[in-house]
Amino acid sequence: MSHVPDDSSPVIRMHLNDEEATLALGASLAAALSAHFPLPTSHSPLVIYLCGDLGAGKTTLVRGLLRALGHGGKVKSPTYTLVELYTVSNLNLYHFDFYRLNQPEEYLDAGLDEYFQGSGVCLVEWPDKAAPYVAAPDLRLELVLDGAGRQASLRAESGKGASCLSAMRG
Amino acid sequence: MLVLGIESSCDETGVALCDSEAGLLAHALHSQISLHEEYGGVVPELASRDHLRRVLPLTRKVLLEAGRELSDLGAVAYTAGPGLAGALLVGAGFAESLAFALDVPALPIHHLEGHLLSPLLAKDAPRFPFVALLVSGGHTQLMRVTGVGQYELLGETVDDAAGEAFDKTAKLLGLPYPGGPVLSKLADQGKPGRYKLPRPMLRSGDLDFSFSGLKTAVLTLVRDGKVAATDQADLAAEFQEAVVEVLAAKAVAALKQCRMKRLVVAGGVGANRRLRQKLDEAVRKVDGRVFYPELELCTDNGAMIAFAAMLRLRAGLAPETDAGHAFSVRPRWGLETREG
Repeated sequence: MSHVPDDSSPVIRMHLNDEEATLALGASLAAALSAHFPLPTSHSPLVIYLCGDLGAGKTTLVRGLLRALGHGGKVKSPTYTLVELYTVSNLNLYHFDFYRLNQPEEYLDAGLDEYFQGSGVCLVEWPDKAAPYVAAPDLRLELVLDGAGRQASLRAESGKGASCLSAMRG
Repeated sequence: MLVLGIESSCDETGVALCDSEAGLLAHALHSQISLHEEYGGVVPELASRDHLRRVLPLTRKVLLEAGRELSDLGAVAYTAGPGLAGALLVGAGFAESLAFALDVPALPIHHLEGHLLSPLLAKDAPRFPFVALLVSGGHTQLMRVTGVGQYELLGETVDDAAGEAFDKTAKLLGLPYPGGPVLSKLADQGKPGRYKLPRPMLRSGDLDFSFSGLKTAVLTLVRDGKVAATDQADLAAEFQEAVVEVLAAKAVAALKQCRMKRLVVAGGVGANRRLRQKLDEAVRKVDGRVFYPELELCTDNGAMIAFAAMLRLRAGLAPETDAGHAFSVRPRWGLETREG
């Protein structure tokens, strides 16, 4: 990863009891994004890393986020396609999954870096598999199994990320 | 007419030669399997670079096998989508350039159309109309097929594809690559029912699927230490049974909804023995019949692309070729939006 977050980085931590809570966290993230967009003459997307093991709920969280933004269709796993694009109220959201990359160079071979040069929001599952080539995150979300639920932590890793977190705190 | 077909939408590079009179003459595939066994990868890895490296040697190979020359070609077909843009562009660029050089038409073909017409290549081919169950690592959907170019989506997965669920569950159980087939093999040694897994969306009243929750259910069992090494086979069997039951029930529901008797199964998971058994049983009960493609044509291949192009040519439904061979690929492309 490009840099280690320092301890003063603002972090939101919470316990998610069930799938509904994961969807709700996605929705509150969506609300923070809507407060943020359109970004003034942005030439780089807002990058959100989604970290956690298989079955932690990463795609579920993205589903909650997209539904809250008004996406009415399906939110399928991007594991096979590597990227799924959604356009909701003029906002481009790219849902990546680098699970299938065996070598990070495949990220460049497949031309996936081009998606990180526009505007919009890049949601990235398994970002470590494309390190060090994939863009650094503005926000890093971690989901860890905890009893029947999940422990979630959301950490800002840039100024853009920090302002998203303050928007979430209201 | 002799048609060359190129498939490069994802991991496999496939090239084939199909003749409008003699049928499939030759097909060749380059798959990455041997390469990633050593990495313990789950589903086949990306090979955008390799499409470029493989497409010419594979083309030479099929021409040699069929005893034909490039100058014999009447058309060049390629997968134009859906898939990974970079991978699609390799096949499209190759096919369009070759067609330009030979002054023959280049035909962009939908990847899933190739899959769902592939059982027509079998010796015992179904007649139209039929319901097609496409089930692979990347797709799980039911289509109503009334003729060449006439497809209606009946239902599909709302999250993970069935093959993806097999692969990821295998990984959760610590099984070696290739996850899905190893899981099925293990399942044959176990008994379903000892563990209880959900049958997601079995009674949802529609023809959609969901397999993501099954993976999470297995994860919970494994994490809670409820699965000793000796119990893995039973859990694998229950998992396979859950997936297969839902697929079979929805396929039968689709036949009933369409008032049809013929079910066609395509895609890599279509090779699963237990799925075939269950589908045969369930469809026989409603006086129907199941048709499968030849085993080697279940996974991505060039033959299905050459064949779909040939059927389109025969039906007068070939897409119009741009005189200057300008082309584009469509990474996101719904089959229903296909014109003609």
